[in-house]
Amino acid sequence: MTEKLVIIGNGMAPGRMLEHLLEAAPDRYAMTIFNAEPRVNYDRIMLSPVLSGEKEFDEIVIHGDGWYIKHGITLYKGHRIVAIDRDAKTVTSDRGVTESYDRLVIATGSVPFIIPVPGKDLPGVLTYRDLDDVNAMLLAAQSRAKAIVIGGGLLGLEAAAGLKERGMDVTVLHVMPTLMERQLDPAAGYLLQKAVEARGIKVMTKANTKAIVGNGKVEGVELMDGTVIPATLVVMAVGIRPNSALAKDAGLEVNRGIVVDDRMETSDPAIMALGECAEVGGHVYGLVAPLYEMARVAAARLTDGEDKRFVHSDTPTKLKVTGIDLYSLGDFADGDDREEIILRDASAGIYKRVVLQDNRIIGTVLFGETADGAWFNDLKKEATDISEMRDTLIFGQAFQGGASSDPLAAVAALADDAEICGCNGVCKGKITGAITSKGLTGLDDVRAHTKASASCGSCTGLVEQLLKLTLGEAYNPAAVQPMCGCTSLGHDDVRRLIKAKGLKTIPAVMQELEWKTSCGCAKCRPALNYYLVCDWPDQYADDYQSRFINERVHANIQKDGTYSVVPRMWGGVTSADELRAIADVVDKFRIPTVKVTGGQRIDMLGIRKEDLPAVWADLGKAGFVSGHAYAKGLRTVKTCVGSDWCRFGTQDSTGLGIRIEKFMWGSWTPAKVKMAVSGCPRNCAEATCKDVGVVCVDSGYEIHFAGAAGLDIKGTEVLGLVKTENEALEVIVALVQMYREQARYLERIYKWAKRIGTAEIKRQILDDAERRRSLFDRFVFSQKFAQVDPWSERVSGKDKHEFRPMASVGFAEAAE
Amino acid sequence: MNWIAIGSLSDIPPRGARCVAAPQGKIAVFRTADDQVFAIDDHCPHKGGPLSQGIVHGAAVTCPLHNWVISLETGKALGADEGSVRTIPVKVEGERLFIALEALASKAA
Ligand code: SRM
Ligand SMILES: Cc1cc2nc3c(=O)[nH]c(=O)nc-3n(C[C@H](O)[C@H](O)[C@H](O)COP(=O)(O)OP(=O)(O)OC[C@H]3O[C@@H](n4cnc5c(N)ncnc54)[C@H](O)[C@@H]3O)c2cc1C
Ligand code: SF4
Ligand code: FES
Repeated sequence: MTEKLVIIGNGMAPGRMLEHLLEAAPDRYAMTIFNAEPRVNYDRIMLSPVLSGEKEFDEIVIHGDGWYIKHGITLYKGHRIVAIDRDAKTVTSDRGVTESYDRLVIATGSVPFIIPVPGKDLPGVLTYRDLDDVNAMLLAAQSRAKAIVIGGGLLGLEAAAGLKERGMDVTVLHVMPTLMERQLDPAAGYLLQKAVEARGIKVMTKANTKAIVGNGKVEGVELMDGTVIPATLVVMAVGIRPNSALAKDAGLEVNRGIVVDDRMETSDPAIMALGECAEVGGHVYGLVAPLYEMARVAAARLTDGEDKRFVHSDTPTKLKVTGIDLYSLGDFADGDDREEIILRDASAGIYKRVVLQDNRIIGTVLFGETADGAWFNDLKKEATDISEMRDTLIFGQAFQGGASSDPLAAVAALADDAEICGCNGVCKGKITGAITSKGLTGLDDVRAHTKASASCGSCTGLVEQLLKLTLGEAYNPAAVQPMCGCTSLGHDDVRRLIKAKGLKTIPAVMQELEWKTSCGCAKCRPALNYYLVCDWPDQYADDYQSRFINERVHANIQKDGTYSVVPRMWGGVTSADELRAIADVVDKFRIPTVKVTGGQRIDMLGIRKEDLPAVWADLGKAGFVSGHAYAKGLRTVKTCVGSDWCRFGTQDSTGLGIRIEKFMWGSWTPAKVKMAVSGCPRNCAEATCKDVGVVCVDSGYEIHFAGAAGLDIKGTEVLGLVKTENEALEVIVALVQMYREQARYLERIYKWAKRIGTAEIKRQILDDAERRRSLFDRFVFSQKFAQVDPWSERVSGKDKHEFRPMASVGFAEAAE
Repeated sequence: MNWIAIGSLSDIPPRGARCVAAPQGKIAVFRTADDQVFAIDDHCPHKGGPLSQGIVHGAAVTCPLHNWVISLETGKALGADEGSVRTIPVKVEGERLFIALEALASKAA
């Protein structure tokens, strides 16, 4: 009879154990997992990128539902085991399911530590451990109010960075004098604090929490010295404790964690434990690398395979906050028997320290430049005698043996057994071996086949260098982010190839670029259609079947299937005639809601699809054209009254706004484009949070771009100051055309600008007059084909089929 | 089966859809890139979105409201989502399209 294996907890450690187990002995056990979290196994490490918005939850799932079905594993989601009966060999969940086992694995992870202060249970106090915590933080972040993170360690800083990214005003409270004091020495801790503060996060060290204050919900944190800091969200990230209560209740030996031997067995031979809940040789762990090692050992034990034993090793610490590079490993405390080598470069913000004992590395702290981390780790692991290279050691590997400082050369010089991915314990030889033997071509392939760079991702740069080294010219890093499941090419490659190969229809693109599906999907088709519209304005026949419904019928679909219609009101200016015409249309078609939009114009909501052409016909007679309120294209140009009326107005902001809107309406863009023109720096048209904005000043027109005020809030950056309206128009048009030609579909200007760099955009638009002129000319050419009012086209019969049912059936009989 | 004529293939754009009005609600009739024709209720199993307004790819449609992908062959939601919509038999004779009346009657019953 098949033996029954039951696992409590479905975190990263047992997930990895199952992979090894299924590889070695897929049919050995009937497997059941109970997981208190109501979801599949996911990469907990990557919660921070989900919090900051760099990733979606879907992207961090390790095993989807299908995986469990495929392997015949029963997964109870949202079941917490509340009792283990070791005599009967059963476990029971809080929802009343009892399952018997032959072998039991406990993998309950950790629980966040909560400081026992008054107010700790108030609504608004969160911890940072699972997806529910992230979702709760995201909800709280919508208020964009003040948040406090208690704890300046790895988790606390990642939470703070994420909340800041989401627009909150964040303060970190840390009880010790420097941040991450367990992993960093004070010098690196100081640099880290500066780097964190540079992103607009406040840091208070030596801050001892006395109480969380609030009436019914969090209102602030009170410190021992009596200071009260206001906040509506408090995240406690002060440490974790092995989650061993269940094992303790069952009478297993528990110390700090569940005590296991070096083969992961507890004091009961039928029960094993692994992950953060387990204690091996007096150590408990909080990073995945040793847990994955435990997973390997446990799987071997469960399959009676090779006799594997767990051996303690130090794991390097890295922080996953974009733009802050730090690396720390081993022991770096001062001591009489120790020597150290230090390198500081204040202007570059670099600090490196290597701690030696008997000419061997025992600890390393790197800040600002961490590329040599793997090399130092290697020297430490191998206990290499460094006396020979002592003088140049701190400069890193590239300086040894006269090699050049080329990063590729440094990677090339690494030994085959040098560890590249600390999380998954993957060495260089394994990666290069897999690239050659399995014909891997990109990062995703390497992740799938070796797991390198698949966890925290901080070795991604090294893996990419290995790809480059092994594949040479054949390596194409853009292949890393495919557009969608239909292709392995990324957006940038597709855009480049459309131009290079002169591809002018969607089928041609799919054929030439070897699409994997017959006719694409709802992700790639709209993107391709845009690229072709943009690149071949005079030759490409727009494929309406590849447009989202709103752009296909030129109105916005509503939740009940009716539509809304927003006509242009140039620059937000209207007249009695226009308002009268709108009133008549509303009466005639009994339109249920009329609303002034956030874009300075009027929205009519709840129109039946069949009525759209007639509504447009009436609006058209009054001179209205479509406002493209649905388009990845030019939306609104908001204006203020400016020098025409306002006592502070410096220029004719209303006139310029109308001029821009009339010049640019109808153009399709990668994502929507919204603009505004304000008549003076009081900025009543809110130009400084738009895709493109103009702030008029006495000396001319200050051109802004890359602002955002929707999902993200971001003030604009200043492109430059120009003297005349004509110059302003030319610069704005050239900028938008550059964006049209370069950005990825659905990428707003601020995201594109972040990728390309403001300096580069300034160079092309402001400094290079010839380039600006040719961008401008290309925009003007494409407008010839784009500036056609889609409403009047449809009133005259285009796409008739869209607005009428093809037949009516069954009514006659019903009526008789 | 009781087939009723609803029009011809050329009434529907390839990779597109049209509606047929019926007393019980709209029926969405789809034409794929390779000219297969399918009919399903025009009512997404998620929140009732009008599937006829979605983007058609392969033998599936992506709902315009929240992007569920529905198989035109089985009416089932694909991927991680769960739910299904009624499918209605379709017959293509030359250019002419028919749907089965029984199916309509059975819903009314
Ligand atoms: C009607 C309006 C709200 C209102 O009643 O005032 C509106 C309505 C919608 N907005 Fe908006 N937005 C409206 C102004 C705004 C503004 C304010 C502005 O333009 O000054 C913003 C913030 C500025 C910005 O865009 O950054 C705004 C940020 C969004 C976003 C977030 C975009 C982002 O990239 O961050 C979405 C979602 C999206 O586009 O994916 C969105 C999406 C939508 C959609 C299209 C949702 C949808 O997909 O169905 C709504 C359509 C309702 C309809 O049928 O009319 N709406 N939306 C406003 C129309 C303005 C207009 O005249 O065209
Ligand atoms: C935000 C964040 C960032 C991190 N970043 C890094 C990093 O960069 N590098 C790194 O190496 N590590 C990082 N870690 C740590 C790493 O995620 C953990 O070490 C690892 O996930 C622990 O795996 P585990 O399987 O032991 O436990 P977990 O992944 O915590 O899984 C335990 C599971 O068991 C369930 N459970 C608990 N009790 C029961 C019960 N009684 N019955 C049923 N189910 C139960 C829990 O709901 C949970 O889903 C990070 C952790 C967090 C939270
Ligand atoms: S904020 Fe915009 S997208 Fe959200 S409900 Fe209002 S109109 Fe719709
Ligand atoms: S109604 Fe169809 S996806 Fe929501």
